Amino acid sequence: MTDASTSAHGDVILSHLTKSFGDFVAVDDLSLVIPEGSFFALLGPSGCGKTTTLRMIAGLEEPTSGTINIGKTDITYQKPYQRPVNTVFQNYALFPHLSIFENIAFGLRRRGIKDVKEQVDKVLNLVELPHLAERKPNQLSGGQQQRIALARAIVNRPALLLLDEPLGALDLKLRRQMQIELKWIQTEVGLTFVHVTHDQEEAMTMADTIAVMNEGQIEQMGSPADLYDNPETAFVANFLGQSNLIKGLIESSDGGSNIVSIFGHKISMPKSRSHAEDASVLVGVRPEKFRIQPAGTQMSGNILNGGVISDVSYIGVSTQYQVEMPWKQELMVFEQNDDGVPPLNKGDAVTLSWEPIFTFGLDGKEDASAGSEAHPDED
Amino acid sequence: MALVTARLNRKRLWPYILLAPGLIWLMAFFVTPIYQLLTTSTQTPGVNIGDYIQTYRFANFIDAIVGARAQFLRSFEYAFIATVLGLLISYPLAYAIAFKSGRWKNTLLVLVVAPFFTSFLLRTVAWQQILGEQGLVIKVLRGVHLLGATGHLTATPFAVVAGLTYNFLPFMTLPLYASLERIDPRTMEASGDLYANAFTTFRKVTLPLSMPGVVAGTLLTFIPAAGDYINAELLGNPSTKMIGNVIDARYLRIVDYPGAAALSFILMATILVMVMLYIRKAGTEELL
Repeated sequence: MTDASTSAHGDVILSHLTKSFGDFVAVDDLSLVIPEGSFFALLGPSGCGKTTTLRMIAGLEEPTSGTINIGKTDITYQKPYQRPVNTVFQNYALFPHLSIFENIAFGLRRRGIKDVKEQVDKVLNLVELPHLAERKPNQLSGGQQQRIALARAIVNRPALLLLDEPLGALDLKLRRQMQIELKWIQTEVGLTFVHVTHDQEEAMTMADTIAVMNEGQIEQMGSPADLYDNPETAFVANFLGQSNLIKGLIESSDGGSNIVSIFGHKISMPKSRSHAEDASVLVGVRPEKFRIQPAGTQMSGNILNGGVISDVSYIGVSTQYQVEMPWKQELMVFEQNDDGVPPLNKGDAVTLSWEPIFTFGLDGKEDASAGSEAHPDED
Repeated sequence: MALVTARLNRKRLWPYILLAPGLIWLMAFFVTPIYQLLTTSTQTPGVNIGDYIQTYRFANFIDAIVGARAQFLRSFEYAFIATVLGLLISYPLAYAIAFKSGRWKNTLLVLVVAPFFTSFLLRTVAWQQILGEQGLVIKVLRGVHLLGATGHLTATPFAVVAGLTYNFLPFMTLPLYASLERIDPRTMEASGDLYANAFTTFRKVTLPLSMPGVVAGTLLTFIPAAGDYINAELLGNPSTKMIGNVIDARYLRIVDYPGAAALSFILMATILVMVMLYIRKAGTEELL
């Protein structure tokens, strides 16, 4: 086929990519660079434009404007079959009339590759299903079909492998196992993987870099740890894990930290983790970063007094508390059950504290609930 | 224990109870007539016209074939052409309805079935008008000189095949649509993703996956078309007679019951054998 394009390699560069369907803008002026060889996740709620972005990279959707490059090659208007890109489809889209062997050989045969048998056998071994070569797709379990879909794509050694919610149809346990396996295979074959998902845990387990998408744009991009520890927007703070966001005012600065007043409490927040544009700030603390003690206990770090436990859920590894603060806000606190102390009870008066370095600050004009409603149902 | 056995027995009986109405129907209206057909086919004339006595004359079959060889061949030829034409017309139509019609899907499906709202006979008569001297078709064809000034379309093989093609089109379109509609469009996207262009995708994915519809549609067209006599009667001439016309004439005009029965039986057996060979080939994807 087209040798120029199949030999294209390098970083994947999307610039000013836009896709509208009538009045609806699915992807809005999106620019991003996916480094060659990385495992990249596009994470966002349904309707955020991540699948449309993926389909444009695959060539299944034509951008309204903007360009897509792989290295120096512009692939924006290439047909899907001309691109050095392969896709693992949601629900796999295996060819039901072909054997597993022929499914995997499909791309190789189209490109007129000689040693089809050898390559298919190799990739079947990689996904550990060599004994299924002669079966038909409908004779395989969901997990097996998933692996064959992956094998069918990676056997072509594309410059870029796209995965569209690849684990969505598997049950939780199998999904966990496949997450680890996919990551391993990616390291093994060294291809660039772009993974689209609404499952933040899946993205965090596998990806080197995550781009969180919302309403057709990228909210924030970074390593899983970056995004989790230092979210820049309320959407990211709420969509990746859970966050307590408390209104505050930056009052003064103390070296590398800001001093923030929260309903009369003075707390400290590293400047490097503050994204407030002016004095008004949403102070963010992850639930597991809180320490919780009965009121009156001596505590260090940032301290919030006057809480009352309004709900307790014991979930084995941890206990989750809802604590009502004097300003009527419910805060979430996750406490590891590792100290042999029995959980506190509903109605107990408590003090919360945390290490100042765990504080992050969002712009005070943000909607503190953004992204928290966007958590999709498990499917 | 006895109770369990009784319940098991009742469970085992259920399928038969459910099958009973259909089986009785088939016995009364298919197996019995076929048996009668077979017995009639070996009878020879008695004293009066219309009287036949059983003499087990199997030579009736040979006589029948020899006498109607041309019409037999013509029937299969016309039916074959009508089936191929039907497939060529219906496949794009069914494809468009299944994948490209959007909100017009149901409307288009109703339109496909719409001819059934009038009788088969009336529709065929209508074709006499369509292809007739005053019709638009003949004027256009004469206008572009595809047809001479004295050329005509009615009472030609063309008219018979056109009628057959038209009349069985819904039987071709609906099974094709049903099997195309069931194809996951993502398998076609996957094919494109795996370096197949549009034509290869059609050849390697869409067409093989729609084979059940192709087989069903072609059978539902070919079988009734091969036995049809209305189209040849209304749109043809004496040299376009099909086997259906021969059987019709032997039964109702010549009153040669054994001859008609033998022909019917041969027609049925031939179609059965052809269908079996066809399905076996289609099943192994050799038809592609």
